[in-house]
Amino acid sequence: MNNVFVYCEIDEGQIADVSLELLTKGRSLANTLGCKLEAVVLGHALKGIEKEIAPYGVDVIHVADDQRLFPYLTLPHSSILVQLFQEEKPQIALFGASVIGRDLAPRVSSALKSGLTADCTSLIIGDHYDKKTDTNYENLLYQIRPAFGGNIIATIINPDHRPQLATVREGVMKKEIYDPAYKTKVRTLDPKNYLSETDFAVSIIERHIEDRKINIKNGQIIIAGGYGVGSKENFRLLFDLAEVIGAEVGGSRAAVDAGFVEHERQIGQTGITVRPKLYIACGISGQIQHRAGMDQSAQIISINTDINAPINRIADYTIVGDVADVIPKMIQYYKENSK
Amino acid sequence: MNGFKIIVLAKQVPDTRNVGKDAMKADGTVNRGALPAIFNPEDLNALEIALRIKDRYPGTTVTVLSMGPGRAAEIIREALYRGADHGVLLTDRKFAGSDTLATSYALSMAIRKMSPYHLIVAGRQAIDGDTAQVGPQVAEKLGLPQVTYAEEVLSVDEQSITIKRRLERGVEVVKAPLPTVITVHSSAPDCRPRNAKYLMKFKHARTITELQDSSEDYIELYKDRPYLDIKEWSVADVEADSDWLGLSGSPTKVKKIENVVFTAKESKILNDSNDDISGLMKELINNHTLG
Ligand SMILES: Cc1cc2nc3c(=O)[nH]c(=O)nc-3n(C[C@H](O)[C@H](O)[C@H](O)COP(=O)(O)OP(=O)(O)OC[C@H]3O[C@@H](n4cnc5c(N)ncnc54)[C@H](O)[C@@H]3O)c2cc1C
Ligand SMILES: Cc1cc2nc3c(=O)[nH]c(=O)nc-3n(C[C@H](O)[C@H](O)[C@H](O)COP(=O)(O)OP(=O)(O)OC[C@H]3O[C@@H](n4cnc5c(N)ncnc54)[C@H](O)[C@@H]3O)c2cc1C
Repeated sequence: MNNVFVYCEIDEGQIADVSLELLTKGRSLANTLGCKLEAVVLGHALKGIEKEIAPYGVDVIHVADDQRLFPYLTLPHSSILVQLFQEEKPQIALFGASVIGRDLAPRVSSALKSGLTADCTSLIIGDHYDKKTDTNYENLLYQIRPAFGGNIIATIINPDHRPQLATVREGVMKKEIYDPAYKTKVRTLDPKNYLSETDFAVSIIERHIEDRKINIKNGQIIIAGGYGVGSKENFRLLFDLAEVIGAEVGGSRAAVDAGFVEHERQIGQTGITVRPKLYIACGISGQIQHRAGMDQSAQIISINTDINAPINRIADYTIVGDVADVIPKMIQYYKENSK
Repeated sequence: MNGFKIIVLAKQVPDTRNVGKDAMKADGTVNRGALPAIFNPEDLNALEIALRIKDRYPGTTVTVLSMGPGRAAEIIREALYRGADHGVLLTDRKFAGSDTLATSYALSMAIRKMSPYHLIVAGRQAIDGDTAQVGPQVAEKLGLPQVTYAEEVLSVDEQSITIKRRLERGVEVVKAPLPTVITVHSSAPDCRPRNAKYLMKFKHARTITELQDSSEDYIELYKDRPYLDIKEWSVADVEADSDWLGLSGSPTKVKKIENVVFTAKESKILNDSNDDISGLMKELINNHTLG
């Protein structure tokens, strides 16, 4: 009762990164609250899955293993979660803000009549005093999220309903092993007790899922190119620099749309979110939709011919110049100065 | 297939994607009130999905349902100009401040009043609240299945619909029984433009409140042309329970709002000279950012 739950998504037979990131967050919330962290895994052929999850500091893992639970379908997954949450009464439940999480969490929230906050960028525990009813609430989940296209940041709370439900996008939280030998308890759920025929009203006829080939999300250093890079050929310079300094290459949507770089590398609101220790923005103007995916970077360098480009306002260093001149010099001086 | 009924959910939103200089306040934050009100972009994709079914099966009717203040009638008219048949505006002060659960409860009560229907089409996400929660929550409230991230309707008959979904890394084709709720992704085809014939036909379409506020006398016109009536429903009209609506009926509360300040942190300005770039690379190596 009253624990922190994380719904774990399966991706290519493994637990999805976003879920592992949430387990790390969930562990730290559970430590603050002095409660347990529990995970829910629904899928097929899940033998041994606890080994992947336990090191993130998970106390209890609820597993339902049934061939009808993979690939993901909304109704069976939501039926199990709704009933499980009614039985276990979590105080907090977290989902990835992925295609699956955004399909599932609202359905669960509606069935439990409990509020859901979308796309949180930060989750912290805090108190709240309600003037109208003169009530003090302790240890609420502050769910902090951008809205209005990133123009405002709202702190949302859910004082009177449980669980407090939230989704978080991949890459926003850090994933970190808590204890490689963490002792966990596996609880097997019998799908028969949770599912009915009507849960299978929707059927999957066909699926084409591409492997995750390019994965720049975990790069410590990211070199991103925009429309200002000018051509696919010029983008080679970015890859050259990346090779020399050990970085990944990303792009703005304008660069992707122009065919300079693959879609998998798009950073921003409709691409991926990154938080590297260094982000080098080359010929990127820095529109809000792009910044949404990178403004958490620890340090930002902007290379731009226009000193007034909006990206420069969030940059630590602005190099005013042409990408095609600046990058070869960076390669040269890196080589000369690195030991 | 005759008499197929589709309900499209559409929201009027401030255009958060094109924040121009006029919408910026002196302190570097956005003045939300100054943003133009537009048809939520993915709701236009949703409308197009519905209109394509109507193209294929004449006799289909498309009704647009929007919850919002009186001026949201503008987007209902816009939908009529593009090929929708009817509009319903759900408007009442009691709806104000609703979170997604209260919004979907209100919409689901209006949809119940519109029974029978075959298909409900929503956008995936609205660009102001940005949650993508309303579609699935409406489905749950009505006890219907849901298909999210729809890109194309591959086939439809009286009992079922087959839909292509756009996922993060691929596509999925699913078949769902009707009625069902689908939410449409921006990768679906763009909405067709206004049609001159419909523009003429619906130019005078108004809600009752707009009629009362207008100086022109439309009474005679409306007698002959009942289709010009954009229905306006209140909480009482849809028999909704006020306890589940508005601020007090919303489980989520906004505790605090901070405006994002777009003005600068201190940035070092360098140029493309050898000295500047060599200096920068040395600094990054020495402070262990690189290497
Ligand atoms: C700063 C801020 C943050 C917020 N955060 C949250 C939050 O985290 N959780 C929460 O529950 N609420 C939140 N809300 C409230 C939420 O924005 C409103 O409830 C809103 O009415 C619906 O949510 P949405 O705009 O996200 O719609 P979405 O769920 O993104 O909309 C999806 C689709 O549903 C349909 N739809 C949505 N609204 C309507 C409507 N009024 N009429 C017709 N069709 C509609 C459209 O087809 C639309 O494309 C927040 C509000 C603010 C101001
Ligand atoms: C709903 C929506 C979602 C979106 N999602 C995303 C997203 O996920 N990611 C994203 O990136 N965008 C997204 N966008 C698009 C975004 O609004 C911008 O259009 C896009 O980010 C611009 O890309 P850019 O900076 O590369 O190009 P531009 O805005 O064209 O900027 C090019 C920059 O390069 C500079 N430049 C030109 N030549 C040179 C040179 N030789 N050397 C150095 N600098 C030079 C210019 O001064 C300029 O600043 C989205 C838009 C919408 C409406």
